[in-house]
Amino acid sequence: MEQQRNASSLGMWIFLGTEIMFFGGMFLAYLVYRMWYYNEFAAGSRSIDVVLGTVNTAVLICSSLTVALAVRAAQMGKRRLLVTLLSLTLLFGLAFLGIKGKEWYDKFEEHHVPGPSFSAQDIIEKYPQIPIEPAPTQIYFSLYFAMTGLHALHMIIGVGIFSYITFHAWKGRYTPEYHTPVEISGLYWHFVDIVWIYLFPLLYLIDRKPLK
Amino acid sequence: MSEHILSSKLYVAIWATLMVLTVITASVAFIDLGPFNTVVALVIATFKALLVVLFFMHVKYASEKLTKMVIISAIFWLLILLGLSLSDYAVRVTGHV
Repeated sequence: MEQQRNASSLGMWIFLGTEIMFFGGMFLAYLVYRMWYYNEFAAGSRSIDVVLGTVNTAVLICSSLTVALAVRAAQMGKRRLLVTLLSLTLLFGLAFLGIKGKEWYDKFEEHHVPGPSFSAQDIIEKYPQIPIEPAPTQIYFSLYFAMTGLHALHMIIGVGIFSYITFHAWKGRYTPEYHTPVEISGLYWHFVDIVWIYLFPLLYLIDRKPLK
Repeated sequence: MSEHILSSKLYVAIWATLMVLTVITASVAFIDLGPFNTVVALVIATFKALLVVLFFMHVKYASEKLTKMVIISAIFWLLILLGLSLSDYAVRVTGHV
């Protein structure tokens, strides 16, 4: 049993290694364009709601706590506690996606979605001190939507996985001897949290200092 | 993975640290530190990520050496990707290919 557990955990870590490369490509694209079009990235970043971003970071950290405590409950065989903590995790995950949806909706309203109806006019008027071009500002928003979108997709998959785990936990399938699914799903959830820990400062906090 | 059960107090302490660091990183962004705004943001993010990996993901306590090797090599390859690419792009003329 112990060897099986180790093998499952190692397999999940190798998968997470491939995920690092998956997200890594996007982070590289972000870094290169940010160097080239710093002003556009700074102004674009200012247009995103930093309060919603901070709240969402807090929500994800809370969900990571409930996941860590859920794995602990599974290790100790406390079924009722396990189901409660897993349900809380699902709730936090859905709250994150809801807040993210609100943010995206605002961006649609403001014509900040890259495409034919894109307009950076409001940003140019709001921050006349930062000289920007509309085209590279679209690059910032393309990366914003691609990176938060890929992250949100991982969250949706995570909510799916945890719904499955919660159902089986409720059925009493996990014991102190066998709870590998809870553990390795937890690893996945924490990984998605870590990606957000980097996305938050890189997308929301590029340039928030007072303008002269 | 010998089943090492951590106390819930430790988890809550890590959670509290992560929350405080989130507030700090969001507040510091509004203070003008010049180029150090980005440095501070990334150092805090990396510290947060480290806390999650070591404690929430149990790497500090209950991991096989093989698991640790996988993690370290994954990060190593990421650094190759970022480092070698930036060593090229960072020295090109801004905005031009």
